[in-house]
Amino acid sequence: MPTLDTGNTAWVLASSALVLLMTPGLAFFYGGMVRAKSVLNMLMMNFICIAVVTVAWVLYGWSVSFGNANDANGNGFWGTLTQWGMQSINTGIASGSHATIYGTTGVPIFAVACFQLMFAIITPALISGAIADRTKFVGWTVYVAAWVTVIYFPVAHWVFSPNGFINLKLHVMDFAGGTAVHINAGAGALACALVLGKRIGFKKDPMRPHNVPFVMLGAALLWFGWFGFNAGSALTSGGQASVVFLNTQVATCTAVIGWLAAEKIQHGKFTTVGAASGAVAGLVAITPACASVSPIGAIFVGLIPGFICCYAVNLKNRFDFDDSLDVVGVHLVGGILGTLLIGFFAAPNEVSAFTNGAKAGLFYGGGIDQLLAQAEGAGIVFAYSFVVSFILAKIVNATVGMRVSADDEIVGVDQTEHAETAYDWGGLSGTLHRAAVSVAAATASSNGSATAGTGESDEEKVNV
Amino acid sequence: MKLITAVVKPYKLDEVKTALQAFGVHGLTVNESSGYGRQRGHTEVYRGAEYTVDLVPKVRIELLAEDHDVEDLLNVIAKAAQTGKIGDGKIWVTPVETVVRVRTGERGAEAL
Repeated sequence: MPTLDTGNTAWVLASSALVLLMTPGLAFFYGGMVRAKSVLNMLMMNFICIAVVTVAWVLYGWSVSFGNANDANGNGFWGTLTQWGMQSINTGIASGSHATIYGTTGVPIFAVACFQLMFAIITPALISGAIADRTKFVGWTVYVAAWVTVIYFPVAHWVFSPNGFINLKLHVMDFAGGTAVHINAGAGALACALVLGKRIGFKKDPMRPHNVPFVMLGAALLWFGWFGFNAGSALTSGGQASVVFLNTQVATCTAVIGWLAAEKIQHGKFTTVGAASGAVAGLVAITPACASVSPIGAIFVGLIPGFICCYAVNLKNRFDFDDSLDVVGVHLVGGILGTLLIGFFAAPNEVSAFTNGAKAGLFYGGGIDQLLAQAEGAGIVFAYSFVVSFILAKIVNATVGMRVSADDEIVGVDQTEHAETAYDWGGLSGTLHRAAVSVAAATASSNGSATAGTGESDEEKVNV
Repeated sequence: MKLITAVVKPYKLDEVKTALQAFGVHGLTVNESSGYGRQRGHTEVYRGAEYTVDLVPKVRIELLAEDHDVEDLLNVIAKAAQTGKIGDGKIWVTPVETVVRVRTGERGAEAL
């Protein structure tokens, strides 16, 4: 019986909190990009994922994903319902009892369940960006619950569970979720964008980001939390987690540079939204690859997707689908690139830590086998997720309804879905506010000798 | 009596206001506004989507003046708001029938 490792457990618990923070981070990343009339709806679509997915997770999600993870011969397609409600897992609280450990990590299953829960939360949350400004909140909530149940939970088993068939049978290296999280969410986003249709005024009305600082803030929170996502996925706090941490940082930085370079070539300017998007594209791409490549490899696993994703966000205009905040261009394309680049850059030293029979990449003498395996894994997750997400969206849209009425959409989903307005600044902002402040101060000093409270001085203040 | 309306660059508001106070103007009204004249807007890019922002932010200042002050006030405002570049704005004068001070009910020049 494997014994508890307190160092590993502490790291997994801390990582869980880091990954939770990514979802509000994502909410602000997306929220800044929508128009002022739908920012609250965007925040809420993300926030509700935390609430809904957590309940589904403790009831049956953990079990469907990882219920048989400790059984080497367990079913490769789902984790069964043996641990539903987190039952039959020893907590180790009672004296003399030992917590049930996840594999050989020395980490209690309860800690791994906390960690993996945060992945299950953010994956459907990623989809929300594709259907901004027009989604019915209750329809979205139902969709999230259904989506994690029939898509995320089983796919997480395929990819992350030691006996999952993509992991064990296909020998795919996907350390932290290039397939299970990003391709999965990207495919779901594409399906939802197609089912819900375009926003009123798509490509005609200006839909500028209403708060670019939010976008940058959200990207920074994502970046911070992503260290838990990737380095936490080691489930141990040793050498592998350390390399993964560094690789995550390296790829994110080169992706920022890659995106900005592509943007400079295309439009002649380096934008803030571009830098933030580049960081996210790099984080997405390094997610599957962070434990398979060396820091030199990570340079390319960031740079290439950063550059390409800047072009990929134009796909929606080319093919005329309204993926509002580019979930396809960043997460689907970035996830595919990261997953495939492993087939080129996987380094023998890093790969030796994998016990699923994975090989080194094309550039490291491993031949083409790993690239083909990666492509197979990516293709299976994309196909399953896209088809089922599409059907699911059709069903929810036909029953509960996923799209608001045209009138509600024009007024704005913040008001019509949530009865709230994000900003109560009226028209008095910027220059006028500053002028008002400076006038009050100037009046106070120049009228120093005047009697305070007289009719005249009152009148001056009012007039100004 | 006249209404002087000036549309100037936002960051010139402070200078105009200070100059008017020095001249002895007791009150004015300011609005944020936007528009264009010879100075056209600019282009913004967000993730490859280019937007042309046609309207340029400006500040619109309104003040009431007695006829004999108008010429001087026009000079004061123009001098304070001027940068010499395109987009400095416009000032125009319109006749006013009468003015009422709400607090006292005074009319005309007394209400200024």
